[in-house]
Amino acid sequence: MTEIALAAPVAGRSFWGDAWARLKSNKAAMVSLFYLVFMAVVCVVGPLFVPHNYTTIYADYVRTPPSLSAYPEAGMIENALRDAVRRMRVDIEDWRQEGERVFVTVTASKPIDERNARYLDRSDTFDNTVIDSRSDDGLKMTMSTSVKQQYFLFGTDNTGRDLLSRTLMAGRISLAIGLLAGVVAVVIGVLYGATSGFIGGKTDEVMMRIVDVLYSLPFIFFVIMLVVFFGRNFVLMFLAVGAVLWLDMARIVRGQALSIRRQEYVQAAEALGVTRSGILARHIVPNLLGVVVIYMTLLVPHVIILESFLSFLGLGVQEPMTSWGVLISTGAKNIGTANWLLLFPAFFLVSTLFALNFVGDGLRDALDPKDR
Amino acid sequence: MNATNNPTASGPILSVKDLRVRFRTLDGEIDAVKGINLHVNAGETVAIVGESGSGKSQTMMAAMRLLASNGEASGEVDYRGKNLLTLDKAALNQVRGAKISMIFQEPMTSLDPLYTIGNQLIEPIRRHRRLGAAEARKEALRLLELVKIPDPERRMRSYPYEMSGGQRQRVMIAMALANDPDILIADEPTTALDVTVQAQILTLLAELQRTLGMAIVFITHDLNIVRRFSDRVYVMRSGQVVEEGETERVFAAPQHDYTKMLLAAEPTGRKAPPPAGAPVLLEGRNVEVAFRIGGGFLSGPPLLLKAVDRISLSLKQGQTIGIVGESGSGKSTLGRALLRLLPSEGAIRFEHKDISAANTETMRPLRRELQLVFQDPFGSLSPRMTIGQVITEGLLVHEPSLSAKDRDARAVIALQRVGLDPAMRNRYPHEFSGGQRQRIAIARAMILRPKVVVLDEPTSALDRSVQKQIVELLRDLQAEHELSYLFISHDLAVVRAMADYIIVMKQGQIVEQGPTEDIFDRPREDYTRALMSAAIDEKKFRVAV
Amino acid sequence: MLLYVFRRLLTAIPTLFVIVTLAFFLIRVAPGGPFNQERGLSPEIKANLEAQFGLNDPLWQQYLNYLNNLLHGNFGPSYNLPDFTVGELFAKGLPISIQLGASALLLALIVGSILGVIAALNQNRLGDYTVIAIATAGSTIPTFVIAPIIQLVFGLTWMLLPVGGWGNGALINKVGPVITLALPQIAIVARLMRGSMIESMRSHHIRTARALGLSEWSVVVRHAFRGAVLPIVSYAGPAAAALLTGSIVVETIFSIPGVGRYFVDAALNRDYTLVMGTVVVIAIFTIVFNLIVDLLYAVIDPRVRYD
Repeated sequence: MTEIALAAPVAGRSFWGDAWARLKSNKAAMVSLFYLVFMAVVCVVGPLFVPHNYTTIYADYVRTPPSLSAYPEAGMIENALRDAVRRMRVDIEDWRQEGERVFVTVTASKPIDERNARYLDRSDTFDNTVIDSRSDDGLKMTMSTSVKQQYFLFGTDNTGRDLLSRTLMAGRISLAIGLLAGVVAVVIGVLYGATSGFIGGKTDEVMMRIVDVLYSLPFIFFVIMLVVFFGRNFVLMFLAVGAVLWLDMARIVRGQALSIRRQEYVQAAEALGVTRSGILARHIVPNLLGVVVIYMTLLVPHVIILESFLSFLGLGVQEPMTSWGVLISTGAKNIGTANWLLLFPAFFLVSTLFALNFVGDGLRDALDPKDR
Repeated sequence: MNATNNPTASGPILSVKDLRVRFRTLDGEIDAVKGINLHVNAGETVAIVGESGSGKSQTMMAAMRLLASNGEASGEVDYRGKNLLTLDKAALNQVRGAKISMIFQEPMTSLDPLYTIGNQLIEPIRRHRRLGAAEARKEALRLLELVKIPDPERRMRSYPYEMSGGQRQRVMIAMALANDPDILIADEPTTALDVTVQAQILTLLAELQRTLGMAIVFITHDLNIVRRFSDRVYVMRSGQVVEEGETERVFAAPQHDYTKMLLAAEPTGRKAPPPAGAPVLLEGRNVEVAFRIGGGFLSGPPLLLKAVDRISLSLKQGQTIGIVGESGSGKSTLGRALLRLLPSEGAIRFEHKDISAANTETMRPLRRELQLVFQDPFGSLSPRMTIGQVITEGLLVHEPSLSAKDRDARAVIALQRVGLDPAMRNRYPHEFSGGQRQRIAIARAMILRPKVVVLDEPTSALDRSVQKQIVELLRDLQAEHELSYLFISHDLAVVRAMADYIIVMKQGQIVEQGPTEDIFDRPREDYTRALMSAAIDEKKFRVAV
Repeated sequence: MLLYVFRRLLTAIPTLFVIVTLAFFLIRVAPGGPFNQERGLSPEIKANLEAQFGLNDPLWQQYLNYLNNLLHGNFGPSYNLPDFTVGELFAKGLPISIQLGASALLLALIVGSILGVIAALNQNRLGDYTVIAIATAGSTIPTFVIAPIIQLVFGLTWMLLPVGGWGNGALINKVGPVITLALPQIAIVARLMRGSMIESMRSHHIRTARALGLSEWSVVVRHAFRGAVLPIVSYAGPAAAALLTGSIVVETIFSIPGVGRYFVDAALNRDYTLVMGTVVVIAIFTIVFNLIVDLLYAVIDPRVRYD
């Protein structure tokens, strides 16, 4: 007898252990999970490594198509040079390129101020300008300058901002908003639904009738009201959006709580004399968690879409801050001339949504006790 | 009746050769049937008997090509020279429902809820016999009369939800017989029905076989049915046939150990009544439980349904009162009301203290004395707790001073007492079998050392062989601790082995009560007699056949 | 049945009342007013306009006035589109939105159901995976991405469709918007149908139908499909209400003069009457379609009775 008693107890496979094992065997879900982590890291850390700030305007590079090779391209040097020289109010007599350096000779009717060389440096294309020679009368000057190599992997937008850094910054915002509003909605929904379902009776009836009424108001109405009230402060606004999205969660949790309350294991606990708080803590909450997790993974993409939608309408994040929705909205207006403005942010948004979707499906399969 | 189908020619009409069934599941492949051979002769009754998971149903599902989509069958199922497993769909459907038909365990869900009975009966008739609508309707009516459905004209227009389980099973039988089949496969046709209804359905099947002469394949776990009903029997265990032969022979001289074990699995033994001077522990006077049905703002006053109607009983120390009755008789409700888990009228006394007005708080200390074990060992254990946590949950309430280590020690003792390996205490309920889970549920009740335990159908969800073990465990525990049981069951064989006093309930009222032997040997009421004869009388069906 | 419809419509009145009241006061609490943003409006003109539309009356009186007008079917004038009453705006735009929405819904129900059934009958095989892929794509790609991509591919690159515009209701102008509206709905319907059909095919009475040797057509269509269609019906109600009242994204991108834009524009401009009109129209559509769903339920499932 005692030997058995002393034998180390065998560890069981818990519900969550089981679920994790199942999720791991689901390739689509795991690939998506890694993709999401990758996407999050890229969006959070990425902007630090992209040489362009997302607000910097490159006047020389308005609507530059995406390219893997460095800018400027051959024809662009002359244009940039002419632009810069025009600002000096001088004329080009002659220019040539030798490797990295560009040599330019300018003439003017009045003596040229040496400080004018700065205009070349100020351009987005040139750097390290030096004056090689200046005629004695100052009417002719030869300068040499090196060409600034710039990469615009995703191209630039209508005002000449780098789309790569903007897309990554937008990702930060979109993902953060998704999580933030998702968490808010889940917290409110779980508290409300669990209270309603657990107390039951008249309280439940009243609480659910309130939810019904809120449901019947057009959702967009709420959002617009919130925008109107909170202005364009996106943190506040998405806290508020989260506060609108809790309705589904509350209904689901209530239904689940009601059905758990009728389970025999809860009756068994009542027969043992377990207190209400004990039943809530040991039986109802642990059995609710699966549903909450599944719903949360569905809610996050929902919020991201919603944010993009609002930004698309011009109600969301404001310039110069950006989000995928803002970028897509700009892209949609420029599909005829600069389709990369639509395609890159759309790809980021859609692939993230896909990944979230697969993770959600995988979690549902892993957690759904019906499969057991 | 039908000359071509008459079982004059002997020799097998259906033979199953080396049948294997495999299911692909998330946890890998499962071999449900592992190469079995069996045959059915014209006009005979064959029983396939086995416990849950033996593959007995899947054998016939595979033969009829009705396996779930993740199932795969190999081997040969030969019906009059055709291999059913390889037949194309059109040819297969000439056989299914016409030559071989099948009825199922679940009468409540086996009919399409969206069509009338008449509609569902006429469809297979028209399909297989190419009759006109009017003729098919006449034929459907004749079939309903054949299976003794009262008022068939009206029933033709009824939907399944408007009928009882027994009537639906009759409709299923009518559908199965619509095209004069050679073979009727009956997959646990009475398991989901009340005992009195079971008896009626079995009698009907026996009569129909006598008049129509088809062969019947009976799939069942119930040895009584096998003995009464079948000519030959196949005993199956984990996907294999372990024994076959004439029913008489198998029952008289079983060869295989498993068959012997099954035959011996009927709970035996009788419970002696408690000594005359034993004190009364739990007492109910005119206990009444009423449920409100409906009612509300626009639908008028609610209907009051008396689930328990003025019932009195007193349970002595060491006594077991068996409460028997069919589903809906109010027996479970009575058990819960006596434990004050449901609001009720009337007086309830525990150890001479009136507890009928006690609320949740004042009941709490008494809960450890009054315990409850549920029917469903799958539903009554919290799926997110280890079984160690499950069985010690009551200690958290009633002995809060115990340390975690002490509780663990108590769990070890309790698990050993119910015959489980204590090393398993960190496992979760889904890792245990039905019988093991019921032991866990018993351990959870016993760890508190209660005085009264209400056992609500504790063996109904279990296989016979497991039932017997649980019955013995419960009796041992009773003897050790002088426990008093309220044993609620519809299974008379188990009640007979457990209880020394019996209360028969019907529609919330007591029909008859008395010592077990009296009730079984000299039932006074018709209802009791119907219950008894349905469950116990072994000769009745032989006479009918 | 008729009594039931009558009772349902009767109970809809308080719901409508609550919605109208809530919406009325919410939009009035919001800062700003209909004539604040307009440029070049001198204070006198602004005061005049406000007096003309009764905006200086106490709020409760405006509320009662509005309710009274509403009871007489009068939605009031639009503040920002002063040439039209709200009723006229809806009379003009609503038929367009309904045409697009109804076509999209019909397309979605037919295509989605077929896809869902195909997937369910080929569960875990190629056909199933294809449908799941389509459905996942349809439900994850937002309309404001699909619409410009359709414009880009079919309008600008292949020149098959006009890039936008209503074209007085020419068929070719409707193709892009209808497809954009229908795609996500197809995805949802296909998913719902797949799940519900798989469950239906697993049910015991389907096993019975097979055991009776019924034809595959009868098993799938007569028995499995009819039971499986219920979740689609209950989805289609709210979906119809949403689709038929116009989509802001689709109508904006394809420059369609429907009513989808009204709500957002009106709310931002504090065009109170137009906001309220939209709320009322959406609420009525929702109530009516939910009623239709419940009636359809009773037609399909005999267990559902309304007496």
